[in-house]
Amino acid sequence: MTGSGDFDLNRRELVAGGSAAAALTSLPRGAHAETTPMDRPTRMKVSLTVNGQHRDLELDTRTSLLDAAREHLHLTGSKKGCDHGQCGACTMIVDGRRINACLTLAVMHQGAEITTIEGLGQPDTLHPMQAAFVKHDGYQCGYCTPGQICSGVAVLAEIKAGIPSHVTADLNAASQVTEAEIRERMSGNICRCGAYSNIVEAITEVAGRPA
Amino acid sequence: MKSFTYERPSSPAEAAAAVARTPNAKFIAGGTNLLDLMKLQIETPAHLVDVNALGLDTIEPTPEGGLRVGALVRNTDLAADARVRKDYGVLSRALLAGASGQLRNKATTAGNLLQRTRCPYFYDTAQACNKRQPGSGCSALDGISRQLAVIGASEACIATHPGDMAVAMRVLDATVETVDAKGGTRKIAIADFHRLPGDTPQIETALKPGDLITAVTLPKPLGGTHIYRKVRDRASYAYALVSVAAVVQPDGSGRVAFGGVAPKPWRVEAAETDMARGAKAVTDKAFAGAKPTHENAYKLKLAERTLMAAITEARA
Repeated sequence: MTGSGDFDLNRRELVAGGSAAAALTSLPRGAHAETTPMDRPTRMKVSLTVNGQHRDLELDTRTSLLDAAREHLHLTGSKKGCDHGQCGACTMIVDGRRINACLTLAVMHQGAEITTIEGLGQPDTLHPMQAAFVKHDGYQCGYCTPGQICSGVAVLAEIKAGIPSHVTADLNAASQVTEAEIRERMSGNICRCGAYSNIVEAITEVAGRPA
Repeated sequence: MKSFTYERPSSPAEAAAAVARTPNAKFIAGGTNLLDLMKLQIETPAHLVDVNALGLDTIEPTPEGGLRVGALVRNTDLAADARVRKDYGVLSRALLAGASGQLRNKATTAGNLLQRTRCPYFYDTAQACNKRQPGSGCSALDGISRQLAVIGASEACIATHPGDMAVAMRVLDATVETVDAKGGTRKIAIADFHRLPGDTPQIETALKPGDLITAVTLPKPLGGTHIYRKVRDRASYAYALVSVAAVVQPDGSGRVAFGGVAPKPWRVEAAETDMARGAKAVTDKAFAGAKPTHENAYKLKLAERTLMAAITEARA
């Protein structure tokens, strides 16, 4: 481990390292002799603009955009839920679009403009979506909330940009901000506390309709 | 995840050459499926060739009156394209029925065609899987097979192709365009693009190693009513148990392809001559020779009823 100032060894790596060692013991004798190039980390430089600030990083190529933000830039607002694109807790807005930051590599985003929950608003300058989530109790434990809020902001932009959804009745007409549209478009953000009704109310209020 | 080296070339020829000259290299575009599989060490590339700077991200009209969709056009952009919404509604609908908003913003046209199965035994590295580890067997055959294929499968593999987009492209008779490391180009009919497993389920498409998809072309519009109907375990963000892509003409004739039932989008053109006679006549022919398991035999009835619903919707 190098003393790079990053979190040097976390639980996941310990667990993964432990199981890799266990797997090695079951390989035939000859297999121990070779070290494959895959075992050696490759580091690369990447520059990102995160919440308006230019950031230069040198990262293991395996680093997801989520891990780059959380473990290297110490922006821990974005959360790691499933790490497989199934829960949406890691949702960030990258070059104007919401994505699962866990399912993309930081090195693939040279020059990208990234907005995390920290960039939407701060405790004394809340983004309207953050304020609406507070007002409507759009959370209980709060773990999925940063992803829900980033996604909610992007959903309203997508409707405004005329992007249809699965529940849009007429593909050739503009979609409206309805409860059905919000629920469908937010389906990539899971809330295990089940705050969905309040999340829909918060997003609806920000969209300018009566909640 | 295993360590890998990374490069980002700027032309399709360079990208194809980079994969051809580097052992165990893979293209990465949206990465939404590949990185998921790399985390599980189901995919372990030693080198990634990022194709996102190749510029294959536009949708252009073809001289034949169709559309040429660049390999890197994101699922969101393809679904939202005004020409696709107007003339190829079944494709927009299929894309919008798949994945989540976040994933559609990243996932590409070519990557969607190449996504791997979601068979739970493929994902569970403690289980035998001929697709993941050729020759290891198939735990799904005697396992939990509710989601898996009812037709086109083999004794080696009963995994399904998981996609929605490809089912619509099959009903539209799309063509996949590729380039190889020597600059050679090919045009592969979507019908021939995905292959059945036989005894080599690890080979899923007609691509040769190093082939790069550059575009998917759609023939001129078919007219008619476009329907994509997907049945799944929850209302959104789930894979199809059964899906139906249909283009129905005013006289009741039409085309239909099924998703969620086979290792590739399932279309039997000979069955389509019975479209005007109703759903059962079509599915009896389209699923002749089906070999469902005791857990997924429901899909045969579900396919018939989903098609019936699609035809009813088209007539309404």
